[in-house]
Amino acid sequence: MAEYLIKNGFVFDPVLGIKGDKADVAIKDGKIVETTAVKSPQVIDASGKTVMAGGVDIHAHVAGPKVNVGRNFRPEDKLFGYKPKNGIERMQGGFSVPTTIRTGYNYARMGYTTVMEAAMPPLYARHTHEEMRDTPILDQGAYPVFGNNWFVLEYLKNHEIENTAAYIAWLLRATKGYAVKVVNPGGTEAWAWGLNCENVHDPVPYFDITPAQIIKGLIEANEYLGLPHSMHMHANNLGNPGNYTTTLDSFKLSEGIKPNSKFGRDQVMHHTHVQFHSYGGDSWANVESKAKEIMDYVNSHDNITIDMGQVTLDETTTMTADGPFEHHLTELNHLKWANADVELETGSGVVPYVYSPSIKVCAIQWCIGLELALLAKDPMRIFITTDHPNAGPFIRYPRVMKWLMSTEAREQQFDAFKHKDKVIEATNLAGLDRELDLYEIAQMTRAGPAKSLGLAHMYGGLAPGLEADVAVYDFNPNEPYAPDDIEKAFLNAEHLFKTGVQVIRDHNIASNGNKRTLWVNAKVNENPQVMRDVKEKFLRYYTVTLNNYEVTGHYLPNPYVIEVDATE
Amino acid sequence: MDTVKLTIKNQPDLYLEADTICPDTFAGKKAEEIAGLHVYIGREQHRLGDFFEVSGNAGATPEETKIVVNGDLSRVKYIGMKMTGGEVVVNGNADMYVGAWMQGGKITVNGNVDAFAGTGMKGGEIVINGNAGNYLGAAYRGDWRGMQGGKITVTGNAGSDIGTFMNGGEIVIGGDVDVHVATHAEGGKIIIKGNAKSRLGGQMVEGEIYVLGDIDVMMPGFAYREDVDVDMDGIKGRFALYEGDLGERHRKRKGQTIYAKLYQRIEA
Ligand SMILES: [Zn+2]
Repeated sequence: MAEYLIKNGFVFDPVLGIKGDKADVAIKDGKIVETTAVKSPQVIDASGKTVMAGGVDIHAHVAGPKVNVGRNFRPEDKLFGYKPKNGIERMQGGFSVPTTIRTGYNYARMGYTTVMEAAMPPLYARHTHEEMRDTPILDQGAYPVFGNNWFVLEYLKNHEIENTAAYIAWLLRATKGYAVKVVNPGGTEAWAWGLNCENVHDPVPYFDITPAQIIKGLIEANEYLGLPHSMHMHANNLGNPGNYTTTLDSFKLSEGIKPNSKFGRDQVMHHTHVQFHSYGGDSWANVESKAKEIMDYVNSHDNITIDMGQVTLDETTTMTADGPFEHHLTELNHLKWANADVELETGSGVVPYVYSPSIKVCAIQWCIGLELALLAKDPMRIFITTDHPNAGPFIRYPRVMKWLMSTEAREQQFDAFKHKDKVIEATNLAGLDRELDLYEIAQMTRAGPAKSLGLAHMYGGLAPGLEADVAVYDFNPNEPYAPDDIEKAFLNAEHLFKTGVQVIRDHNIASNGNKRTLWVNAKVNENPQVMRDVKEKFLRYYTVTLNNYEVTGHYLPNPYVIEVDATE
Repeated sequence: MDTVKLTIKNQPDLYLEADTICPDTFAGKKAEEIAGLHVYIGREQHRLGDFFEVSGNAGATPEETKIVVNGDLSRVKYIGMKMTGGEVVVNGNADMYVGAWMQGGKITVNGNVDAFAGTGMKGGEIVINGNAGNYLGAAYRGDWRGMQGGKITVTGNAGSDIGTFMNGGEIVIGGDVDVHVATHAEGGKIIIKGNAKSRLGGQMVEGEIYVLGDIDVMMPGFAYREDVDVDMDGIKGRFALYEGDLGERHRKRKGQTIYAKLYQRIEA
């Protein structure tokens, strides 16, 4: 493989603790190496430019059946947005629900190299893997959803942690999944009865269990296994005024549980898109930010990491396994709605949404997301996301960076709001003058998410031995710049290396890379009861046989297996 | 106003995507430059001049530009798409998407147009001296933003699904229409001087439909309210007023529920 030396860039790397100093980065055999280890490298002149590790997205909806429902039922999302094939660059389309090809390219253009699909319905794992397979460049993994799964509900009703863990290990292997995802625990199952679980003590119909039992049990099972990532949580009561108390109640369920993982993470719960879970008030008329209350908790509890779910003020497509929430949304905006029930496992819904700067609630949501990040004491524990495409498309990450890095950019946006005064009254953002620097941005987009995922041994930094995922941006942090320069530069990386392959050269896609799919193979003691339960449920309830369920072979042409041993 | 004349000289084998035939694109250009503008057949790029004889220079702005297109344009799509001003006259039949997403100015077609004319139209005027195809003044596939403003007049008949997701503006049909009128509409006005078939106002929330001729089958979601006299834009007579679609959500204004209104003439 070619050797590279990226010379004289301003490097921002939380792993090595480099805060914008000039440094060289060497690449050999797909890894970062000491600069002395390369003999005749191709030299990339990065003087006057910003150098960072490849970005890591801990939570996005980029592959699988609900993403594809979004693509199928929104032809208008693709209108006028096609880009024809050009050289090695394949044809691209779509905005909020782009094609797999555009997904890969657009992440790469932002300097991102690893993207996790945040919700994989196990029954449709094959579809999810097919789409990931067709997403160029990026290393990816997918989180199967567990929070409404009948096996889990039945085991955890009696607090059977060992059985839950054995089932998780089996399902991760069957679906080639990466982590334990929980979406509206119990609530999506309740939705099959036309009901919901709105707080952690709201019982799940029929199963005689509460969301609190599901959440705590899944954290315990996750730590029993010692998985790379922690339990990944989307709490009950998403998107409703006054829901911050439910969020705090959910956070508290992690108290007293210590991480048990050899992968270097410190948290036992990652809570996603916290913006959607930080609302005060009791109606849309008086909804207000509770970001302070949420961040007071997060700042003082280091066994939690979170991501933002920043609203980007775009027309987008919402999609979640939180079936009842999507129904609630279509009742609000009267736009088209798709809903699915996934047998014993989960459900989902899809609704287009326009976050308008002229609507007070949308502007308040925008403030709350930014407040979370600006109130964070430790940028290694809060990550930039838009819950793509729910709060906005991922191609707005550079815009989110701009808002976080510049009070001027935030003021410009405030001035564009129709109800500016009311928005300021309901939020804290106008009083925050913190401006994040590129080191903190690198923590929130690289080192932090990599560590939370248990992948700090591969991604998130530029230390020798890590994967050679390196981005060079045409941005000089030591020269004066306008806020929009930040967005422009980070939307359009000048060079990008993925596992040592130059995938972007001079702002152009130079290679479709060598994408890998990460999954976790957790070994557990033999558990005849769980295997009997699996067989029985497939015979009795599933519409497919086990043979047509497991993800094998050609679904993962380039797998990367992370082994975990939980046998005793 | 300066006039650019286009006369089709070569028929495309497939369909020509010619959204460049628009005062906004032509403005400020000379005939040679206009002939060099791009058009597409599938993913193949061609020059407008490969298919059209171009004469005359455009005005400095769209408002000062008039385009006259002559010949059989039944394989030419997107004429006048997104135009904001000026004038387009089509002498012949045109294919789909005439005046789609139009914002201003005027298009006159002396011939028939295929489907999706005036899709998502926001303003301006389209006059079709002939027949219109399906989805006149409707929304693009999947979109909920149909015709929002402006006026479309068709002297002949129109096809099915006219005014789907219409939110504003006016459509006047001189002749008959096929099934599905103003489906999902939340505003606007449709006048049908001839006969209508069935499924008028399905899932319609707000807006008005006037039918001067017969309606084969009335939607069950529309309820007869009363007979009223109408005298509007030269349309006069006694009409039966129906309100609907009762199966849909409806806004309230000053305590009154707002329904879509369907007027059928019972007496001239
Ligand atoms: Zn999500």
